[in-house]
Amino acid sequence: MNEFEDLVTATRRGLFCKAGDFYIDPWLPVETAVITHAHGDHLRGGSARYICTDAGEAVTRQRLTADARVETMAYGESRSVGDVRISLHPAGHILGSAQVRIERDGVVWVVSGDYKRDADPTCAPFEVVPCETFISEATFALPAYRWPETQLVAREIFDWWQANKRAGLASILYAYALGKAQRVLAELTRFTSEPVYVHGAVATIVNAYRQCGVEMLPTLPATVAAKADYAGALIMAPPSAAGSSWVRRFGEASSGFCSGWMRVRGDRRRRGYDRGFVLSDHADWPSLLRTIRETCAHRVLLTHGYTDALCRFFQEQGVAATALRTEYGGEE
Amino acid sequence: MREFAALFESLDTTNSTRLKIDAMVEYFRTAKAVDAAWAVYVLVGRRVKQSVGPALLRAWLREEAQLPPWLVEETYASIGDLAETIALLVAPEGASAMRATAPQISLADWFHQRILPLTGLPSEEQRRRIVSWWHELPYRECFLVTKLLTGSLRVGVSRALVTRALAELFGHSRALVERALIGAWQPSADFWIALAQNESSTLASHPYPFYLASPIEAVESLGARGEWLAEWKWDGIRGQIVRRGAECTLWSRGEEIITDRFPEIIAAASAIESGTVLDGEILAWGENGVLPFAELQKRIGRRTLSSRILKDIPVRFVAYDLLEWQGEDWRPRSLQERRTQLQKLLSPQTVIVLSPAIDAPSWDSLAAERDTARSRGVEGLMLKNWQSVYGTGRQRGGWWKWKIDPFVFDGVLLYAAPGHGRRSNLYTDYTFGVWAGEILVPVAKAYSGLTDEEIRRLDKWIRAHTREKFGMVRSVESAHVFELAFEGIARSPRHKSGIALRFPRIKQWRSDKRPQEADTLANLQSMLPTQR
Repeated sequence: MNEFEDLVTATRRGLFCKAGDFYIDPWLPVETAVITHAHGDHLRGGSARYICTDAGEAVTRQRLTADARVETMAYGESRSVGDVRISLHPAGHILGSAQVRIERDGVVWVVSGDYKRDADPTCAPFEVVPCETFISEATFALPAYRWPETQLVAREIFDWWQANKRAGLASILYAYALGKAQRVLAELTRFTSEPVYVHGAVATIVNAYRQCGVEMLPTLPATVAAKADYAGALIMAPPSAAGSSWVRRFGEASSGFCSGWMRVRGDRRRRGYDRGFVLSDHADWPSLLRTIRETCAHRVLLTHGYTDALCRFFQEQGVAATALRTEYGGEE
Repeated sequence: MREFAALFESLDTTNSTRLKIDAMVEYFRTAKAVDAAWAVYVLVGRRVKQSVGPALLRAWLREEAQLPPWLVEETYASIGDLAETIALLVAPEGASAMRATAPQISLADWFHQRILPLTGLPSEEQRRRIVSWWHELPYRECFLVTKLLTGSLRVGVSRALVTRALAELFGHSRALVERALIGAWQPSADFWIALAQNESSTLASHPYPFYLASPIEAVESLGARGEWLAEWKWDGIRGQIVRRGAECTLWSRGEEIITDRFPEIIAAASAIESGTVLDGEILAWGENGVLPFAELQKRIGRRTLSSRILKDIPVRFVAYDLLEWQGEDWRPRSLQERRTQLQKLLSPQTVIVLSPAIDAPSWDSLAAERDTARSRGVEGLMLKNWQSVYGTGRQRGGWWKWKIDPFVFDGVLLYAAPGHGRRSNLYTDYTFGVWAGEILVPVAKAYSGLTDEEIRRLDKWIRAHTREKFGMVRSVESAHVFELAFEGIARSPRHKSGIALRFPRIKQWRSDKRPQEADTLANLQSMLPTQR
């Protein structure tokens, strides 16, 4: 095997490390799948063997069939797989999310999965892993996407909830069920200890997070109360519930959506939410640039999002950058 | 400005009509008269004359953003709103806390002291001023001020909603407020005070709100044919002649004064008794009757009207309603009564003529008349109830439009460009082509007609099947066929295909058809009208 050969390539089944004979977040069933995190576009069923972090085990298992074979590694623990050594490092995206470090003959590649640099009480903070080649996401790789401080956004959410309460309205907050919803529930503990009603899809994952010791506001199933009791309450649901008959039970309500896409007014207006809260589990433009600089990578491969813009930007700066064709993207 | 920015924020962060009205009433209650007048002006979608074009603002943004120019353009294409892109790239929110201490300038002062004086300044000076606002203002105000510079606000309130808020605030009827908001009023403290006190003196040359017809298919449901007046649905410019005092004003449906475009209509109208308001259609009219809309457009487009163009493209005002007679508002009277009087007063006229009633005794015979519409150069029929009053806006029931079916053809998606506003971040501006031998030539651009779901699906497909990028426009694989509808077709040397379509829009996505089954250019050419 040639030492200049790429350690990871994009194949029909997913990102493939030939020297270690494993895939990272494959979109078709494979023999060995190393999983960066449990979101649907990165973790798919059907593979013979999964490797993920200790911290991510609970949410990973929840999304696979009961008989799935899942092996775990601690953050920073290193092991040999085929001809390479791999280790998993915090990506700061959601609970248990990891970057995959792959080393062969002193050459290091890092597959970041999705990541962010902002503080998040529900998961370990992103760790910079120096490498020659960095495989990055580019979901929000346009300079318009800069995140406000999380604390300020959490404050906005709380104020919105309280204002709705004064007006006798329910507050229905839509957020991705895995990760974002729990992050909001954790952030809100700064302001209150009032219980929050949650959709079933959110509830299951909240339970898994609690078992891992993440502190969040108390939650109640959003099916127990009578209609009148929802006035003034906060209800959290996945975006797929918006516009469904499920939300009608809450009576008069104001709706909000937590997502990086809410940075853009047109995007919010199109989706029809009253309020948009700019809260993302992905890296914003400054974080993408900073992270790639800090890894000292001289080659960057981009998996999904505004890959063209980021590629060209780096190329003009003298960094070798290419887009990979993957099937990631969708959540957030 | 801070108060108005807060109002904007309230309006922009709710979909509830009630909350929007409450927010407006609250703002108007405490605002100074002149600020309130300006707020009404921008909320109903009016704008001041642009002193700086968007191209210049874009150029300055490229210089100020400290980013590669192509990246600024790419970001703008994705965001789809210039003012928002400027605010996002130049006035980042992080610094806004510090900036919030900047001196406060009211909304009216923003216009009078800052925005309006920009007109006529050398562009270097305009640049200096505007760029300093971008850097000084907090995010939200930077967005708003730039929005006011570039055009109308679009904050999800309609004129009807502003009307409701003002009616509630003052305890006026909505109709009264509606009248005050129409026409060419100037935002000033006087305007606001007159509105509050219901003084009609400021309304001297004001037109009435236009009554608009709703579409209908099943005319049998309207009851007896005899209860309805049938007229041609003219394809011209809807207009109102306001003849009061010594003045004579011609208004378009967009509430612009177009008096100087049509001197022969004004000359004819001056002979009509003062205290008269007519509703009708401006049409280009040759020896053999009405000329295509394209001819009329030639007159609108000219900066000055030469005697030659006045001679080549004569116009007529085909009147169909009488809104005011001898200074009295006739809108509450029946159509029967209004039309009888209209006919009397127009009898000596030649340029201003009565829209003829179509003499077909049954719905069936009327349908047969409708089938002749295209050859007559009209869009179909209007049906108006003889007993109806002249309504406001699109009130249903009194007036119906029974249009002829549009032309249709099947085109292949060739290019896509990102949309604006609500459609930011999506490829929604499409170009379609038809076959000319072995190649597809572009014939129509269309933006509307797909559901949100289809737009999302198509956007995803476009991104994955792009052939080439030209700036923000992508050419895509020739794979998808769409049925397009349009209202008219004309020869056009300016277009590669040699034809121009009027009001093309997507009728449906024909996923059952292959690109080879799309129409040919020859098919479209066969729809061209024979030269008159």
